[in-house]
Amino acid sequence: MTQAAQQAAIPDEQAEIDAGAGPDPNYNFAYLDEQTKRMIRRAMLKAVAIPGYQVPFASREMPMPYGWGTGGVQVTASIIGPDDVLKVIDQGADDTTNAVSIRQFFERTTDVETTTRTEDASIIQTRHRIPEKALSEDQILVYQVPIPEPLRFLEPRESETRKMHALGEYGLMHVKLYEDIATHGHIATTYAYPVKVNGHYIMDPSPTPKFDNPKMHRMPALQLFGAGREKRIYAIPPHTAVYSLDFEDHPFDVQQWEQPCEICGATDTFLDEVVTDDRGGRMFVCSDTDHCTRDQEAAE
Amino acid sequence: MTKDMPRSEPAIPMVQVRNLHKSFTLHTQGGIELSVLSATDLTVSAGECVALMGPSGAGKSTVLRCLYGNYLPQAGAILIRHKGHMINLVGAEPRNVLAIRRETLGYVSQFLRVIPRIPAIDLICEPLVTLGADPEAAREKAAALLTRLRIPERHWSLAPATFSGGEQQRINIARTMVVDYPVLLLDEPTASLDAENRHTVIDLILEARERGAAIVGIFHDAEVRDAVCSAQYHVAVPADSDESSMKADEMNSDDRQDLAG
Amino acid sequence: MSSTEEILDQPLLRVTNLTKSYGGNAACRDVSFDLWPGEILAVVGESGSGKTTLLKCISAQLACDDGRIEYLMRDGILRDIHGLSEAERRFLMRTDWGFVHQNPRDGLRMRVSAGANIAERMIAVGGRNYGKIRGTAEDWMDQVELDPGRVDHQPGTFSGGMQQRLQIARNLVTHPRLVFMDEPTGGLDVSVQARLLDLLRSLVNKMQLSAVLVTHDLAVARLLSHRIMVMQGGEVIETGLTDQVLDDPQHPYSQMLVSSILPV
Repeated sequence: MTQAAQQAAIPDEQAEIDAGAGPDPNYNFAYLDEQTKRMIRRAMLKAVAIPGYQVPFASREMPMPYGWGTGGVQVTASIIGPDDVLKVIDQGADDTTNAVSIRQFFERTTDVETTTRTEDASIIQTRHRIPEKALSEDQILVYQVPIPEPLRFLEPRESETRKMHALGEYGLMHVKLYEDIATHGHIATTYAYPVKVNGHYIMDPSPTPKFDNPKMHRMPALQLFGAGREKRIYAIPPHTAVYSLDFEDHPFDVQQWEQPCEICGATDTFLDEVVTDDRGGRMFVCSDTDHCTRDQEAAE
Repeated sequence: MTKDMPRSEPAIPMVQVRNLHKSFTLHTQGGIELSVLSATDLTVSAGECVALMGPSGAGKSTVLRCLYGNYLPQAGAILIRHKGHMINLVGAEPRNVLAIRRETLGYVSQFLRVIPRIPAIDLICEPLVTLGADPEAAREKAAALLTRLRIPERHWSLAPATFSGGEQQRINIARTMVVDYPVLLLDEPTASLDAENRHTVIDLILEARERGAAIVGIFHDAEVRDAVCSAQYHVAVPADSDESSMKADEMNSDDRQDLAG
Repeated sequence: MSSTEEILDQPLLRVTNLTKSYGGNAACRDVSFDLWPGEILAVVGESGSGKTTLLKCISAQLACDDGRIEYLMRDGILRDIHGLSEAERRFLMRTDWGFVHQNPRDGLRMRVSAGANIAERMIAVGGRNYGKIRGTAEDWMDQVELDPGRVDHQPGTFSGGMQQRLQIARNLVTHPRLVFMDEPTGGLDVSVQARLLDLLRSLVNKMQLSAVLVTHDLAVARLLSHRIMVMQGGEVIETGLTDQVLDDPQHPYSQMLVSSILPV
């Protein structure tokens, strides 16, 4: 094919996909080959069997750079089927670059139905947020994880951190929290706040804000975590206990805002600060765009 | 007070030295062997004070050091009455020697081995506190001794490193006399003291005898010796006296007695 | 010291015929000794005499080729430390044992504050009250003569002597029964050494610690230890009461070592 012909062919294919004529025939369903999916599913089964334990897997090169969610994309690709309904969010929003490009990736390689409505999705892939609306047993939440090892901050040796996980030697996590209080007067870790899963493994919940930590506890939906660059998968099975570490005299708490969301007026959601002009103007709005929009609709 | 105190009960032997041999093999000097003590026999009972006699280099200090477990004899036995039993120091386990030193055997060396930075009064309390005494009571006892030995109170909280020779010697004596050891070994306890303090030390030694301590000492000062001793023991000069005196002097001049021990 | 020593007629640590070779070279050959509760044992010898290898083997950091190393567990039973599970061994290391490295940087976490360094062991044994942990850390800084006002400073801002004292506090905060020390005063100025020695001496007395102290400095051995073991070429050539070995050394090598000290 000549270059010109190639360029001509692409819009045709795209048109075909947009027309709902099935996934791009140049790729296997959901991009990964079936053997790779099996390998990843085995890792996921192990992860579900040992809640919070980081299972190594043979992470593949994906058609996007590391840091753009290659781990989450591989997990989603391995579990998605033609009947699934996919929602992709980035910092809670359905319409940001990362969310849009991943959603398009799956539209093109699977032709599954996509949605922005939390309750309509069977799979939600997320970067850094858990939807405000409670999830159900029929749903799976897939997290994109940049650094899966919570102990790395204080113990850079991988051989040592694995031993510490195996033996449940987690004093260091509290040393980190101690240091936080010593420096800031309170536990200043606001995202990637360490949790203990099912009474054993300490887990990094990916850079979700600690506001979302309580939602992980006994969540009815399955939670899967994929770290592509670090080649690790871990999981929290449905209804598993997830405890956020703290001190007796500095108990775990979540962020609170003085004002409600300026768009929908919600007072119980995670707010983003949005700079509105060059003169220091700002507003606080819900980070979960779906939740915010529908609250607004309900109000009207 | 008389030199021989009247005693009603039969004498209790506290120290028995039997056929003690001590020689030094100087490997760094071509392996010369120096015999210092051969067949030394000595018995000291409770309430007695025996002065070791003999010319310089005869091995008087060597006898004391063997009695303290500081020198390792080649043969013989050194029996010390420790908690009612005669225990042989020769061949004893180090921890047993330490236990005997802690509770039974007091040793006043010629020089204070200075421990930097520790206040004089704490240094004196230490042996008592180690034995389990109440720290406050130990402090009172130490204070009383320091007063008797004329150490000005403003010096008590200072480390003795900067004290004069005489003051250091008195700290050394106080550190031993603060515990009522059943056996005392005294190496020239009054060597660098003035007349007043010499008399205080004589009193301390006589009080120790009175409470039943067995004492072995080296006293060059005839006045002190006559005042405190009940008997004399002449340390025999071995045949090769020239060489052994050299060794003995060398060891004496380098007193490394360990207060920490 | 006296009461526990006599009631417990068992050593705290018993080493029997320990041998460790690197390739064909024996770094430690047939070393045996008992360490009793409350006892400080100094292992002296020149570089390469095997004293550091011995320390690593008996503190379970290095597997030995042959021999037994038994430790009196808190339940009163002597157990071979190489027969313990790794979890038990590591728990022992951060609670019942202490290890003072020559270079404090090897024994400290340089990227967290002094307080967090002391806090680590308290947290490891279940401390979960920030206020109490911090208070204890400040207490310990005071005990090792560091200004408690610097509890939030990183060890990197401390001098070498201060770092060494911080390392000691970090080790002693859980009241270990046995402390291993590898040239604890090695890298310090003479005046700083003296201060550290006094401090160690009084802490060891106060806490009734047992310790194995590796040093090439006989003055350190004299000040801190009850008993000395002289090593040469991987073998123990003389052992005995500290003052006896130093004042009346028997072996030619010990005599050479003692006579090599410069008089002050």
